[in-house]
Amino acid sequence: MDDLRELYQEVILDHNQNPQNFGQIEPATHSGDGYNPLCGDKLSLTLQVQDDKVTDLRFRGSGCAISKASASIMTTVVKGKKVVEVEALFGAFHSLVTTGDTDDGDLGKLAVMAGVYKYPARVKCATLAWHTLKNCLSKKDEVAKTE
Amino acid sequence: MTVTLDPSNTRTLPLDGAYIRNNFPIFRNRSSKNPFTYLDSAATSQTPQQVVDAVETYYNHYNANVHRSIYAAGEEATEAYESARDKVSNFIGADDSHAIVFTRGATEAINLVAYAWGRNNLREGDEILLTEMEHHSNLVPWQLAARQTGAKLKFIPFSEDGTLENSEASFTEKTKIVSVIHQSNVFGTINPVNEIINLAKSVGAVTLIDAAQSVPHLHMDMTSLDCDFLAFSGHKMLGPTGVGVLCGRTELLEQMEPFLAGGEMIRTVSLETSTWNDVPWKFEAGTPNIAQAIGLGAAVDYLSGIGMETIHRHEAALIKYTLERLEGMDEVTVYGNPPERGGVVVFNVEGVHPHDLSQLLDRDGVAIRAGHHCAQPIMEKLGVSATARASFYLYNDFEDVNRLTEAITSSLKFIT
Ligand SMILES: Cc1ncc(COP(=O)(O)O)c(C=O)c1O
Repeated sequence: MDDLRELYQEVILDHNQNPQNFGQIEPATHSGDGYNPLCGDKLSLTLQVQDDKVTDLRFRGSGCAISKASASIMTTVVKGKKVVEVEALFGAFHSLVTTGDTDDGDLGKLAVMAGVYKYPARVKCATLAWHTLKNCLSKKDEVAKTE
Repeated sequence: MTVTLDPSNTRTLPLDGAYIRNNFPIFRNRSSKNPFTYLDSAATSQTPQQVVDAVETYYNHYNANVHRSIYAAGEEATEAYESARDKVSNFIGADDSHAIVFTRGATEAINLVAYAWGRNNLREGDEILLTEMEHHSNLVPWQLAARQTGAKLKFIPFSEDGTLENSEASFTEKTKIVSVIHQSNVFGTINPVNEIINLAKSVGAVTLIDAAQSVPHLHMDMTSLDCDFLAFSGHKMLGPTGVGVLCGRTELLEQMEPFLAGGEMIRTVSLETSTWNDVPWKFEAGTPNIAQAIGLGAAVDYLSGIGMETIHRHEAALIKYTLERLEGMDEVTVYGNPPERGGVVVFNVEGVHPHDLSQLLDRDGVAIRAGHHCAQPIMEKLGVSATARASFYLYNDFEDVNRLTEAITSSLKFIT
């Protein structure tokens, strides 16, 4: 397979073309913005959290295919999960895109992002949505950075 | 030198890209089946063999510190270093009224002026006049100087075509320094710096020209330009990284306090106080980037051998062809259309984020820039978060442009 096809999997291109959960929840229980100063990618997340469970979430923003697809896939995976589960997923996702480690059985749909680790410059694109989500859930009212 | 024809055989380029690329190890080391289409010279230029050799010869034959070693190698190093200074001075047409200070790059040269001149001469209420199209390196140092001194920042605006709007309106009797980008690293615009310098003189303001993108590509004549300061970088003009130039009016440099302090920049030192060396050495504290300065001297020789006017005509023909090709593509939006421009173009491809574009073009050996090009205020004004940029130099030719447009087409197929 073309190396870049490993990065730009069909699923990623689909999510880039037709992002899921794109938009804004109003009113939201949690919200936050993410910004990647290197490339200018911006992302806004709004969440509904009830009884420690993320019942709904949506994102808006502009970014490359990797960052947009990552945000879109994240919303589909996170919806309906408990906050503690989301935190565990964050860790698994982070090691997936930085080391290519797919051993964590709970990755599910997130595994399509495995190609990212071979492109260190793109790791920040893939993690922007997740950093923003983490900040939202910890109620930090600051703009998430991908540092 | 032979000429290159475009595919329709209707136009020619002043320089033979293939012949020139043969002087550059990085291009020579690629097979013809796997060419390196380098379209990011506005970020940094490639390095010809002549420059690599000059640096290597210094390390292999006369590596020694300058201005202090009393033995043959040291004298040879000093002579080569000082002769690089003379070469640079001649290259930009400077005479005795201006001195050449070696710095680490354009950024350091601008910071030198913002600190050593700015902090001691700006007062509350004074105006620092820049343009809206500055590179961060000619914006942030002035923000710091303004914060320290209470001076105000003002900006000459630019319009949609990427040219500066009426600049006269921005000058007042409070304008103390005017610091302006000569050739835009985003739109390629060649700004009317002569006019701006004259306006500055009429209100008694000091002038700095950020020439990081112009000295590498245009014939410069400091005696007619006659700004107070001119800043540029070696690595954008075929030289090594780590060396740049502040060309400054000698009289002003003499009045200024030093920027960095230490060895070399002093005349006498006691425990309590010191006196300064002459200009330009007063501004070259510590051991300078000797090999890099010598390499820059070789780069200047190389460029002079070809001729800056020829290089500019070459890039003008390339950018004209590039614009025609890009504008012929429905998915491509080009930003800015300045009538006086160098070999730089920024654009976006519908449906392909510039970062994805850059990654995908790399598959075809095409290197472009994607991002905000160290000019976030420009991106803001254009209403985009990022753009793609292609920039040309003497080693590019029509084939490079064709490979760019073909690679854009195949990226579109790949991603949509
Ligand atoms: C217009 C302009 N000014 C200043 C600079 C800064 O140059 P350097 O990073 O070599 O100091 C650049 C480099 O990108 C530039 O394009």
